[in-house]
Amino acid sequence: MELVVQDLAVARGGLCVLEGLGFALAPGAALILRGANGIGKTTLLRTLAGLQPSLRGTISAPPESIAYAAHADGLKATLTVTENLAFWAAVHGTSGVEAALERMNLTTLRERRAANLSAGQKRRLGLARLLVSGRPIWLLDEPTVSLDTASVALFGAVVRAHLAAGGAAVIATHIDLGLPEAQLLDLTPFRARGEVQASPGFDEAFL
Amino acid sequence: MIALLIRDLRLALRAGGGFGLGLAFFLLLAVLIPLGVGPEGGTLAKIAPGVLWVGALLACLLSLDRIFALDFEDGSLDLLATAPIPLEGVVAVKALAHWLVTGLPLTLAAPLLGVLLHLPGQGYGWLLASLALGTPALSSIGAFGAALVVGVKRGGLLLSLLVLPLYVPTLIFGAEVVKRGAAGMETGVPLAMLAAITLGAMAALPFASALALRINLR
Repeated sequence: MELVVQDLAVARGGLCVLEGLGFALAPGAALILRGANGIGKTTLLRTLAGLQPSLRGTISAPPESIAYAAHADGLKATLTVTENLAFWAAVHGTSGVEAALERMNLTTLRERRAANLSAGQKRRLGLARLLVSGRPIWLLDEPTVSLDTASVALFGAVVRAHLAAGGAAVIATHIDLGLPEAQLLDLTPFRARGEVQASPGFDEAFL
Repeated sequence: MIALLIRDLRLALRAGGGFGLGLAFFLLLAVLIPLGVGPEGGTLAKIAPGVLWVGALLACLLSLDRIFALDFEDGSLDLLATAPIPLEGVVAVKALAHWLVTGLPLTLAAPLLGVLLHLPGQGYGWLLASLALGTPALSSIGAFGAALVVGVKRGGLLLSLLVLPLYVPTLIFGAEVVKRGAAGMETGVPLAMLAAITLGAMAALPFASALALRINLR
């Protein structure tokens, strides 16, 4: 599925952080977001995922086609690795839990409780959720945090396979995932001047 | 949605899941009240309906902040909000799971505790009926309160203050059913009111809760 973003403006805490943003992402392509801390990479990804409304602009892909991997992995400490992943597979109405565990190199840990996983193993389990979501567009927010080099390479291969299968990915990262053909998008030129929103709607007080 | 229900029940039953917290509180209250009030059967029998209902209500309140706060902290709520199931359904399922691990055990334990409080014999059936009918409203209203305060760190106090006034009608009519039932009077009107509150809460509040969650997730 194609992801076309036009004239997008996103806000965090009621302040416009990015504006005039536009890009087009064809199936099979990846976009890597760059920019200093606090520039609004996470805010942009959350807006694309449909978790918060944009101030202006259009996003062509519906939230139903987008899988979002945030900083938090959404794991339950008292559930085992398989139970955690099987839950997300059931929510998305897909199967392939075993295959996803295998691809993220978690097969030997499948009966272990998530509480007893290391930070990197938790991260791999969180990323395995993308594989069972069955959605074409992946939004990845610093996916390599706490992964070792071998796991980064493993995840890079998973992303390449996803792209080769016609998927797309928007990745906020400063680490080389081994995606030479990915487009780079520096967010610095789109930084808004931080003006307060002109006309907040009634529920914008909660922003 | 069934997967979500199963997950929530499984989490509640595993270590640290909070199952039994409300039940233990209810038990303690029902054991301590006769010790504090004194052994006179007449006084206890008089206050038993009110005490049992207040106990059930407070026990229910104890576990409310767990409904959404845990999922919010570990990021599951974000993921559920982007999942194919509607957020209204998520709220309804989580309220149901809360009722199954809190309201249902309280309802089933209440007749036993009624014995400790000298509840008159004809009141037991009404106690069971009123709690079975009223506790789903406590879970639905509670889920709404929990959705409102989900982004607030240590929102327990705020949650109690928000939810308690909304619990008052359920408490009044629920206790009234048991009081009238125990005295052998007609219970149709308070029972109907209780059912109306429960049905209204179950029908309308998932939508309000989902809206509150969406705003809090921004």
